[in-house]
Amino acid sequence: LREVTATAPLSPPHVAHQFDDAEQQFDASILGMWVFVVQEIMFFGAVLGAFGVYYFMYTDAFEAASNHLDLTLGAVNTAVLLASSLSMVLSVHAAQTAGRSRQILWLVVTFLLGGVFLGIKAYEYWHKFEEGLVPGPGFRFAGADAAHHELFLSFYFALTGLHALHMVVGLGIIATLIVLAWRNWFSPTYYTPVEVSGLYWHFVDLVWIFLFPLLYLLGRH
Amino acid sequence: MSRHDVTPARTYWGVFAMLLALTAVTVSVAEIDLGAMNVVVALAIAVAKASLVVFFFMGLRFGARMSRVAVVTAIVAVLLLIGLSLDDVLTRTSRTYLPYDQLDGVVPGIGLDGVSPSRGE
Repeated sequence: LREVTATAPLSPPHVAHQFDDAEQQFDASILGMWVFVVQEIMFFGAVLGAFGVYYFMYTDAFEAASNHLDLTLGAVNTAVLLASSLSMVLSVHAAQTAGRSRQILWLVVTFLLGGVFLGIKAYEYWHKFEEGLVPGPGFRFAGADAAHHELFLSFYFALTGLHALHMVVGLGIIATLIVLAWRNWFSPTYYTPVEVSGLYWHFVDLVWIFLFPLLYLLGRH
Repeated sequence: MSRHDVTPARTYWGVFAMLLALTAVTVSVAEIDLGAMNVVVALAIAVAKASLVVFFFMGLRFGARMSRVAVVTAIVAVLLLIGLSLDDVLTRTSRTYLPYDQLDGVVPGIGLDGVSPSRGE
């Protein structure tokens, strides 16, 4: 295997025999990733649908409970995640044009911003434990309709927890990309893995774009 | 435009600025009491932001047509799932849902005849 990788040229890319050309191979990878993203949309859509049903059943309790969350931290995290999407797309752009060092720089920025997001999220979780707002035996909120506050917070932890899990996976992918870019894996004619990983990373951003208003903003008025 | 044509980095920065601006808008609008419209406005802004991400960052503008078919299929499926679920909840004649701590002794079954759930003996 070592001999093959040593002799096989990394650029221009190898076109597998089932494809007509590199362009078609690229399209197939992109379509494959979109199909994955699409099933993720339906997965999160189902949980959001359940949230919607309970929101309309217990509107007052859900809106009151949303004020347990820290709006500032949520808004900062939104900006951080949007910035990480920007740096991800700039890393694809660098792979297409500027070359390796710029591409690695933007990947590292993306990785760091993802880390900042998870750090802030962890602080928020820790704060919820401190305040006794974590559903379960430690739930200490005793105001009006506490049970439905607990239901809202169950959705909060389920949705943001699933989202954070996707972020952790994304950080692993970006770390892998950094290593591959370091080894000169990509070129302006072959950057499919960066583009495809970018789709995943932007999808994680998409989920947060819907979670932020639904979880943090509903009770502000 | 071929899918390998390079979008200028300036476009991405512009999209990012619009995303931040829309985030600021959604936060400030949420402070105003619009009644039931608060959710609608919040979701409309989220859809606008999501469209920017999908079309510019995820490059759906250039992608193969099949990618767009996949995305539209997913959106239709999710809207069916959520829409038909809400169709049930929002059109029940009685929309009285009691807090858990007041549920003791309530006769099961939400009144389909327009009668609110009543307390049993």
